Amino acid sequence: MEITVQTAQQLRLTPEEFELIKTKLGRTPNFNELCCFSAMWSEHCSYKNSIKWLKTLPRDGGKMLVAAGEENAGLMDMGNNFGVVFKIESHNHPSALEPFQGAATGVGGIQRDIFTMGARPIASLNSLRFGNLKDKKTQHLLGGVVHGIGHYGNCFGVPTVGGEVYFEECYHTNPLVNAMSVGIVEIGKTVSAIALGEGNPVFFVGSATGKDGIGGASFASADITKDSVQELPAVQVGDPFQEKKLLEACLEVLETGAVVGMQDMGAAGIICSTAEMSAKGGVGMRIDLDKVPTRQKDMKAWELLLSESQERMLMVVEKGKEAEVLAVFEKWDLSASNIGEVTTDGLLKFYMHGELEAVVPAEELVLGGGAPQYTREYTAPKYLDKIAAFKLESIADLKDNADLKAAAEQLVQLPNIASKRWIYTQYDSMVGAANMSTNEPSDASIVLAKGTGKALAMTVDCNSKYVFADPHKGGMIAVAEAARNIVCSGGEPLGVTNCLNFGNPYDPEVYYQFVKAVTGMGDACRRFNTPVTGGNVSFYNQNPDGPVYPTPTIGMVGLLDDVNQKMTMYFKKEGDVIVLIGKQQNEIGSSEYLHKLKSTEYSPAPYFDLEEEFAMQQVVAGIIKDKLVESAHDISEGGLIVTLLESGFQKGLGFTVSDQSTTIRQDAFWLGEAQGRVVVSVKKENLSALTNKLTAAGQSFLEIGIVSASINVNGSDWGNIADWKEKYDTAIEKFLTKTEF
Amino acid sequence: MKFGVVVFPGSNCDRDMFDSLQQDLGKEVIMLWHKDEDLSMFTTDDCIVLPGGFSYGDYLRCGAIARFSPMMKSVIEFANKGGKVLGVCNGFQILCESGLLPGALLLNESRQFICKNVYLKNETSDALKIPIAHGEGRYFADDALLDELEANKQILFRYCNEEGELGGEGNPNGAVRNIAGIRNKAGNVFGMMPHPERATNKLLGNIDGITVFNILGLN
Repeated sequence: MEITVQTAQQLRLTPEEFELIKTKLGRTPNFNELCCFSAMWSEHCSYKNSIKWLKTLPRDGGKMLVAAGEENAGLMDMGNNFGVVFKIESHNHPSALEPFQGAATGVGGIQRDIFTMGARPIASLNSLRFGNLKDKKTQHLLGGVVHGIGHYGNCFGVPTVGGEVYFEECYHTNPLVNAMSVGIVEIGKTVSAIALGEGNPVFFVGSATGKDGIGGASFASADITKDSVQELPAVQVGDPFQEKKLLEACLEVLETGAVVGMQDMGAAGIICSTAEMSAKGGVGMRIDLDKVPTRQKDMKAWELLLSESQERMLMVVEKGKEAEVLAVFEKWDLSASNIGEVTTDGLLKFYMHGELEAVVPAEELVLGGGAPQYTREYTAPKYLDKIAAFKLESIADLKDNADLKAAAEQLVQLPNIASKRWIYTQYDSMVGAANMSTNEPSDASIVLAKGTGKALAMTVDCNSKYVFADPHKGGMIAVAEAARNIVCSGGEPLGVTNCLNFGNPYDPEVYYQFVKAVTGMGDACRRFNTPVTGGNVSFYNQNPDGPVYPTPTIGMVGLLDDVNQKMTMYFKKEGDVIVLIGKQQNEIGSSEYLHKLKSTEYSPAPYFDLEEEFAMQQVVAGIIKDKLVESAHDISEGGLIVTLLESGFQKGLGFTVSDQSTTIRQDAFWLGEAQGRVVVSVKKENLSALTNKLTAAGQSFLEIGIVSASINVNGSDWGNIADWKEKYDTAIEKFLTKTEF
Repeated sequence: MKFGVVVFPGSNCDRDMFDSLQQDLGKEVIMLWHKDEDLSMFTTDDCIVLPGGFSYGDYLRCGAIARFSPMMKSVIEFANKGGKVLGVCNGFQILCESGLLPGALLLNESRQFICKNVYLKNETSDALKIPIAHGEGRYFADDALLDELEANKQILFRYCNEEGELGGEGNPNGAVRNIAGIRNKAGNVFGMMPHPERATNKLLGNIDGITVFNILGLN
């Protein structure tokens, strides 16, 4: 077979990249070798269009122990000689075509990133985006994705403790499925994804290799079109039972001390794991591909190299200690095959039945080595003019209290705001017996880190509508909201993992969104002292109708040094005083109210000031530490009124509140989504201590009412909280009752 | 009273059960491996627990493969000698598959996996808040068998609402006669779908599971 530039283009390499490969090899690659470059230089593996900007993110500092990008996931110090490992990753493209397997293998992949470092996963979260819930296709995708996440996570036995779900038209063809996992590990017991030591054997462990997922990495590096369904073999198939055994076996095998390095096989399978481990250790490998266990006959070299079959690990073992390793895998009934050895020449040499099939320098394949890095152009998108042209006066304010009540009733039933219980009750959220939020919820999910004496707070956040309206500010808000959720739960924000979901990077307007959002995130992460420990970039979330909203999902983990520091989000007792901390603003930009109820697509991002936000969070952390408040819940989608209702649902308590302001519109006061605000409830006897403290800190606040049996707003009776809760709880279910999955 | 917790490949509530029994109830607990057969360290006063999870991937049918494991042969002998055996969730499914308990566990009426707090009670207790997490937990038996179970007082727990009333809304999976857990005729083998071990730690805000262990006579 003659290899030409056309072959390269069919493999989604550019003509320039093909030339670069020839220069690096000093010859024309054969087909197998070209496949290696295609996979490793794909956007998914090489970050070629994003790495320049990712490097601007704060990647050390705080309690960081392993810097971003050095290992499969970031590692942060929890104290007491324990570390927390966490990462978020996308599985958008597979889920768009095959929602069940796409989402399931997304969950499986992120778990492997955690336990390949020697950590035991203790909690999962996910962040999902779909089109309009009224649409049958959306209902199909939602049902499949939720079933897939549940199927894998429930069997694997790690609780799904939190997440977020949004429904917007722009995600109709390109749903987003971002999965996050959090694990803990004793410091000093982590293992690196490195190959070292000439002659050390290379073991292939876990499931046999099939033809599933071939070309998945490069598939994920293209737009979705109507022809994408022909790429179905690029979607992998998951087996959570195998992964559960793999988890236990891998953690057990590390105890033997025989393992030099370990790396999971995710995107780009064998080629990626051999290349990355070798490049990291500055070594090469000789691999006999015919020794890889297969589940299909007659697999070719390139198929074996690229297959993304799930539940597989590559392991470099100290020579002479093979038997100890094999015994563990035999105990767990998993196959472990010696497929090659570490060499010193830096070359990856792949053989089939003694024939040399491919020779590639490991370093040339990987990010930070020979993989190309591009500087892309960007220009401000034209739609931003429409956003700048928005006039608040064009929207009539709420006429009266009845108008406000009607809006509130609609808001609590919007899919973006309503209870997600139809979704989360399909996930095992309590396995592990460590979820402290099941019975007493907080803004972030609190998980007991057993054996460490501490707890972790975790959350995923991104309001992509804000990022669309103002990519820089929206990027900052995503980080700030995550930190706010951690702080309101009594935690100290530790660090961030991010999943950057954008459209096609070759579109300068999309790239503008990317650059601005990343720099915004970086600014906020520096202010909150939450370094970015790692994550994933997913471009090409685009179809012929256009890109998705720019969606830089933030996963944040916080620490509760003392589990009794935990703060919950719900009202406790009638008579407690309700205080709004933060400043009311006269705006409704990008609110659910304006977007959904007033059908206004283009409006500015809500009010946000990084310094004010940081100061407010410091104050809230202080009053929680001093045990001055009974509950704390931040204001987000739906504004103040939704925050109050959500605070009341847990214990069936209402509130009696009124707006004494004369300068702020009614819609802005109750429904605006200005950032930097938190609603707390406080016992009467603690009120003066609280207000003194807020005043001393120079923090704006407003006493807005008291917790009561039923709901009363501005002097009018809004009825029983239970009736509101019923609407909130069942809104999403009503869309789905007649749907078959 | 000593406890043994069997670990099958795919068990995922084994550690939770261990922690609950050892740390929250202060019991002596030994982990048992499915390929082993030795139960000589236990007397019939002790209890073997089959924990929740997806033993052998729950392929074929939940619990259908686990019943053939070497350890299960020993557990069946142990139970037949009068030793106490508790199966929770997947463990209950294994007990039904192995014939130690009558009846079967079918796909939930909603045909979805369900994880949430539910309420259950025995004949004398108040409603106890205990989590469930299963896709196939709908207890089923024919009327003759159900009448027999009732006559012999073999129904340990039924689903109810928060006020302790039996009936539709409190039944999460469509279980016949609201059955959440049963025992064998001899009274030494217990099976239940809800997870008492997830509700014994004060830090999680619910310790109703301790009452469940008390009712079973295991605490």
